[in-house]
Amino acid sequence: MHGIITQDERQAVVIPGYDEQIVRWFTLATVIWALVGLSAGLLVALQLTFPSLNFSEYATFGRLRPVHVSGVVLAFAGNALLATSLYVVQRTCQVGLWGGRQLSMLLFFGYQLVLVLALTGYPLGITQSKEYAEPEWYADLLLLAVWLTYLAIFTGTLARRREPHIYVANWFYLAFIITVAVLHIVNNLAIPVSFVGTKSYSQFAGVQDALIQWWYGHNMIGFFLTAGFIGMMYYFVPKQAERPIYSYRLSIVHFWALIFLYIWAGPHHLHYSALPDWAQTLGMAFSIMLWIPSWGGMINGIMTLSGAWGKLRSDPILRFLVVAVAFYGMATFEGPLMSIKAVNALSHYTDWTVGHVHSGALGWVAFMVFGSIYYLVPRLWRSPLWSHRLVEWHFWIATIGIVLYITAMWVAGIAQGLMWRAYDQFGFLQYSFADSVAMLHPYYLVRALGGLLYLLGALLMAFNVFMTIAASRSRRANLRQSERPGIDSMRPSVSEG
Amino acid sequence: MSVQERDPLTGQVTTGHEWDGIKELRTPIPNWWLITFIVTWVLSIGYLVLYPSFATTKSYAPGILGWSSRNDLSEATQQARDMQSAWRNQILATPLEQIEDNEELRRFAVAGGVAAFNENCAACHGVGAVGQIGQFPSLIDDDWLWGGTITDIHTTIRHGIRTASDDARASEMPAFGDVMTGEEIVATADYVLSLSDRSLDAMRASMPGAALFADNCESCHGAGGEGNREFGAPRLNDAIWLYGGTRDAVIRQITQPKMGQMPTWESRLDEGTIRMLAVYVHTLGGGEK
Repeated sequence: MHGIITQDERQAVVIPGYDEQIVRWFTLATVIWALVGLSAGLLVALQLTFPSLNFSEYATFGRLRPVHVSGVVLAFAGNALLATSLYVVQRTCQVGLWGGRQLSMLLFFGYQLVLVLALTGYPLGITQSKEYAEPEWYADLLLLAVWLTYLAIFTGTLARRREPHIYVANWFYLAFIITVAVLHIVNNLAIPVSFVGTKSYSQFAGVQDALIQWWYGHNMIGFFLTAGFIGMMYYFVPKQAERPIYSYRLSIVHFWALIFLYIWAGPHHLHYSALPDWAQTLGMAFSIMLWIPSWGGMINGIMTLSGAWGKLRSDPILRFLVVAVAFYGMATFEGPLMSIKAVNALSHYTDWTVGHVHSGALGWVAFMVFGSIYYLVPRLWRSPLWSHRLVEWHFWIATIGIVLYITAMWVAGIAQGLMWRAYDQFGFLQYSFADSVAMLHPYYLVRALGGLLYLLGALLMAFNVFMTIAASRSRRANLRQSERPGIDSMRPSVSEG
Repeated sequence: MSVQERDPLTGQVTTGHEWDGIKELRTPIPNWWLITFIVTWVLSIGYLVLYPSFATTKSYAPGILGWSSRNDLSEATQQARDMQSAWRNQILATPLEQIEDNEELRRFAVAGGVAAFNENCAACHGVGAVGQIGQFPSLIDDDWLWGGTITDIHTTIRHGIRTASDDARASEMPAFGDVMTGEEIVATADYVLSLSDRSLDAMRASMPGAALFADNCESCHGAGGEGNREFGAPRLNDAIWLYGGTRDAVIRQITQPKMGQMPTWESRLDEGTIRMLAVYVHTLGGGEK
C-alpha cells in the first residue's frame, strides 16, 4: 500500500501536453461497458439454463447474445484498448496526442455512438448475422471513419515521438489498429437494400462468405483480443512489476511470427464443413505453427517478473496481470490443440469451444483490462486507489468465477461431443440431440454461477473506481481551498465524474 | 541516452533503451522455444505435403496420401452399412408380425427404431415417446387412436395421418359449434365426461346430454364411448384425453375440434427403417396382437 502511494506522488508530476482527459473518458467507458457486457452475458447464460427467461421477441437468446458479445468485445475490450493505447503511446513517445483535443474527442464520441447504434439494433433484429461483425452497413461506415481517426491519431503521435525507437507495446498496438481496419473493411463489404433502410446483403456468398467471415472472426481474436492486449501487457506488466522486459530479441521474433501466422489460421473454424479440404488443412497447419509464437509473448510477460516473484504475494494488481498472461498461455495451447482435425471432430459445435473462448476472454482479456484499470485510475485521477482489499476480493471472486465457467464448459462440451458420436452395439446412434441438451442443464447452471461471480467482481471494481474518483475530487477541492499552487494548476481544468 | 547496464537481479545486460522507465534485457531466446517452434514447422509442412493443402488454378493438389474428406465419409458410411446389411435384409425378408419373435432381430429392430425415433419422431412425441399433453399423443400406453397391432402402427407411420397421401389415415370430426346451441354443447360435454366416471353409471341415462350424444356422437365414438379405430375416433370412457380432460377443454373440442396430423413417412424413410420404428413403438405400447 505504501509503495503505491509514493509511486502515485512520484508520478503526480504532470508532463504538459499529455492528453489525459481522453484516457480518463475511455477508462470510465471501459468500466461502464464492462457492466453492460457482463450483465448481458449472465442473462443469456440464464436463458440457456431456463428457457422460460426468453421473454419476448426482443429479449430472446438469439437477439441478446450479440449484445453480450459486442458488449464485451467491441465495447468493454475496445474501450480498454483505446484507453491504454492512447495512454501508452504518449508515455512511451514522450509526446502528446497528434490531432489535438478535438480529434480525440471526436474519436471518443464516435466510438461510443457506434456501440450504441449497434447494441440497440440487435434486440430489434438489425444484424448482418456475422459473428463479431453484426452491425449493419451504416454503423460499419461510421466505425470505419472512427477507426481511421484512431489510426491517424496513433501513427501521428508515433511519428512525432521524442524517443529514438518505437517501444514494443506500440508495435503491437499499431499491428492491431491496421489489421482490424483491413478485416473490418473486407468482411463488411455489403450492398444496402436502400439508403433509408437498415438491411444490406454481403458481397460474398456461400462458403466464400463463410471463409471471409472466419478469416475476419479469427483475426478479431488474433489482433483485437490478442495483439492489442499483448501491447497492453508490454507496458503494464513491467510498470507494475518495476522490472525490465525479459528479452528484447524474443519480442522481435514473436511479434513477426505472430503477425505473419495468425492471419492464415481462420479456416480452422470451418473444419468438417463445405470448405474445400485443402483450405482446412492449411488452416490447421498454420494454427499449429502459431502455438509457439503465442507462447513467446507469454514467456516475455511472465519472465519479466524474474527476480520479483515475491511481488505476486502482496500485489493483487500485478497478480491480475500475470494470471492474465498465464491464461493467455493456456488458451493459446488449447487453440492449436482444438484446430487439429481429429480433436476438432470431437469439439466442433460443442460448448468446449465456448469454454475455450471464455478462458481467453475472462482469463486473458478481462484480467489484463482489470489490472490495467487498477494501474491507471490512481495515476489518471492522482489519488491512491480507494481500497486494495477490494482489489484482492475482486481477484479471488473473478478467479473462482472463471474456474467454474471453464470447467463446466469443458465437461459439458466433451460430454456433448461424446454423446453425439456414441453408437450402440448394432451401429445406431445412441442418443438423440434432445438427450444431449437435457444433459447440459446442470453445467449451464454452474456456468451461470461462474458468470454471476465474475459480474460481482466487476461491480466491486466499478465501486472502487468510483470511490477513488470521488476521493480525488474532494482532495482537489481541499487543495483549491487552501490555495496551494498544487498539481491542478498545471493541468487544464477537468470535469470528470 | 543509450547506456547499457547490468540488471542486478538476473545478471543480464539491458539494451540501453528506456521508455517511460521501462528497460529491456538482452536475454537470449530460450532454446526450447526455438526448437519447439522449428518442430511445429517441420510437422506442419510434413502434414501439408501428405494432405491436400494447395489450390491450383482449376482444382487443388491432392497431397501424397490422396486423402479426401468425401472418400473418408463414403468409406465410413459404407462400412457401417455393410455391418448392418445382414440384419436389415432379414428385417425386410421377415413378415412384419414375426420380427419380434426372433429375439436377436427384435433387439436390432428396437435399437434401430430408437435411433430413427430420436431423429424423426421425438420432436413431437418426445424423447421416450411420452407425447405432449394437449398436442401429440403418448405412445407408451395402450390407448391407440388408429390401432395398436404392429401392422396398424406400421400403416400409420408409413402413410401418415390426415396428409395429402391417398392412403393416409383420415377422418374429420364435425365442428358442432355450427349445428348445436351453446347449452346443447355443454350438456353433451357433461355427458362425455360422465362416461369415465363410474359413480354416475346409474344416473347417466337421465342426463340431458344422453340424447344429444346418441344423435351426434355415438356413430363414431360408440354407445358407451368406447371409440372406433377405423375412424381414429378416440375412446371417451377412459381417463386419457389428448386435448385435455377439463370441462372447458371438452367443450372446446366439441365446438371446434383439433385434429392431429402426422407426416407420410414412406417418402422420407426406407421400408426397413419404418419397420424398425413400428417394432419399437409396438413394444412401447403394450404389444397388442
